[in-house]
Amino acid sequence: MMHPTLAWVDYVIMLIYFAFVLGIGFALKRFMKTSTDFFLSGRSIPAWVCGLAFISANLGAQEVIGMAASGAKYGIATSHFYWLGAIPAMVFVGVFMMPFYYGSRARSVPEYLRLRFDEKTRGLNAITFAVMTIMSSGISMYAMAKLIQTLHIFDALFLRLGIPLTWIFDLSIIVSALIVLGYVYLGGLTSAIYNEVLQFFFIVAGFLPLVLLGLKDVGGWQGLTQKIDPRFTHVWAGMSHASTSPLGVEWFGLAMGLGFVLSFGYWCTDFLVIQRAMAADSMSAARKTPLIAAVPKMVFPFLVILPGLIAIALPVPTATEPGTTVSGAGIIPAKLDHATGKPILNHEGKPELDYDLAIPNMLLHYFPNGMLGIGLTALLASFMSGMAGNITAFNTVWTFDIYQAYIKPSASDRHYMWMGQFATFFGTVISIGAAYMATRFNNIMDMLQLVFAFVNAPLFATFLLGMFWKRTTGHGAFYGLLSGIGAAAVHHGLTLPAGSGAGIKGGWITLVHTYPSEMAQNFWAAIFAWTTCFLATILVSLGTKPRPDEELAGLVYSLTPHSASDNLPWYKRPPALGIAVLLVALLLNILFR
Amino acid sequence: MTLDIRLPIGLLFAILGALLVAYGIASDPAIYERSLKININLWWGLVMLVFGGLMIVFGRRKRRSTE
Repeated sequence: MMHPTLAWVDYVIMLIYFAFVLGIGFALKRFMKTSTDFFLSGRSIPAWVCGLAFISANLGAQEVIGMAASGAKYGIATSHFYWLGAIPAMVFVGVFMMPFYYGSRARSVPEYLRLRFDEKTRGLNAITFAVMTIMSSGISMYAMAKLIQTLHIFDALFLRLGIPLTWIFDLSIIVSALIVLGYVYLGGLTSAIYNEVLQFFFIVAGFLPLVLLGLKDVGGWQGLTQKIDPRFTHVWAGMSHASTSPLGVEWFGLAMGLGFVLSFGYWCTDFLVIQRAMAADSMSAARKTPLIAAVPKMVFPFLVILPGLIAIALPVPTATEPGTTVSGAGIIPAKLDHATGKPILNHEGKPELDYDLAIPNMLLHYFPNGMLGIGLTALLASFMSGMAGNITAFNTVWTFDIYQAYIKPSASDRHYMWMGQFATFFGTVISIGAAYMATRFNNIMDMLQLVFAFVNAPLFATFLLGMFWKRTTGHGAFYGLLSGIGAAAVHHGLTLPAGSGAGIKGGWITLVHTYPSEMAQNFWAAIFAWTTCFLATILVSLGTKPRPDEELAGLVYSLTPHSASDNLPWYKRPPALGIAVLLVALLLNILFR
Repeated sequence: MTLDIRLPIGLLFAILGALLVAYGIASDPAIYERSLKININLWWGLVMLVFGGLMIVFGRRKRRSTE
């Protein structure tokens, strides 16, 4: 079947959507009076809005494209990223950690680190985080432009307008950057949050009919299970040993590495998501933010992973380019070598599949004009909200934790708000630079992402000790973090995933151990980094002078009076909601075991 | 904050839903070959229209009760 070309109705849908996105920015402009309005939405957003923004900020390109790709590659075991990873971590941050983030009145996660520990710990976190957000935003932009180019969806429009096709990449980057810059500059965090909520509903509107059509086509869940590898429809199949697990990692590495270290590290310490909860209008709303977010998060595998499974189950032989008859799996094409035009083979001699095309190809396969406009807009919207989330986190950390902390400490509120808007602008410009860097120097971007992984892996140990052990000191936190980062790097230098050579994949010191998969290597690196940071923080803390108790009130669990949850009935309190969420997650694990 | 997010969401979904319904009625049935012969524009347009309408109703009701 030929891919459809976009019709006027699809362009009209895109235009209306982006008019609304910018319109929200303009409508919110008049409410942006102080820096609190701009960076923290005046702490006035209701819980359900924060909750949807909380997951939506993470629902960027990586989530939508990556999870479907992973679903096609590994099967439904991918939902461990949700049911084992994200959900328990979101419950933990809502029930146990939010009282300190929100209650300390810190304006950012690095600022909490300064209140709890010291300046150097804040500096380390703020600077690495700022660099990371800008680079991620650039990578998101690059991925979107690349995808638009690969799918040829705008080719007809460009030809009609007489614009050379080589400009598609550049125009995609510039137009998306301008839209994001526009609405964040005008309406600050509120604008980003509102647009994230809008995008959340749009993703559902675009992908739910896709899943329904796909399931009907393959004969429902029953039909799907008969068409693909049986291990692909069971979450826990083969997990007792690394060699039989589709992910190449056994249950312990999975539960500790992904479920504990990586997921808690991301959902409990990453300012990109925590910022959404800090904007809530009350303590109980802030605590409920991640719990409310957990509810749609639980059913997201059906929206983003299932299309990947359906894509490999479809009985369609594919040729990626005219004249070749390379068959991929289902509607997922094989990757082609650009020089020879032949499929790239992996070390087993099978063609490498371009899994990232699972979702886009599903959209093009099932949607007629009209719905196609909705589906593609949902995809573009997810790229843009990923960028906007990073930009809002960047402008806040830059203004409060770098500019105010080290460059200009006592300026007027108006000045910091101006700086926030200026940071939005130059942050976007640097992101564009990062996007172009990714086109020329792919290795540099891979290397940067690797370094970020080292930096992030131990973070949760620092926060856990900081919040729940009052004896933890600033020196302990700082040197603990450094040794955790070091441990992650050394682990990487000593190990390799199967089938790779020494270099960017690891093994650059000497090869000590080979993991069955890259995922196994990542999970175990996280476990080593976390444990090292945890132990080093304790040891250094015991050898250094603790801070007096009265300075730590509101920052540490044992020294904070417990509020009675605003006199809510027991079933409306965060712990009860948290337990309910965990029970449903457990049920999902049992149903799809 | 005086802008209730439900209003822009409701308005956007209502407009796009109406557009899809209209397109679904007017378009050539042949284009629904790919969507398993289901006029997905018509049906999903109706769903979006109803959702948009509900968001507008709830957004306005909330505003009146807080004033």
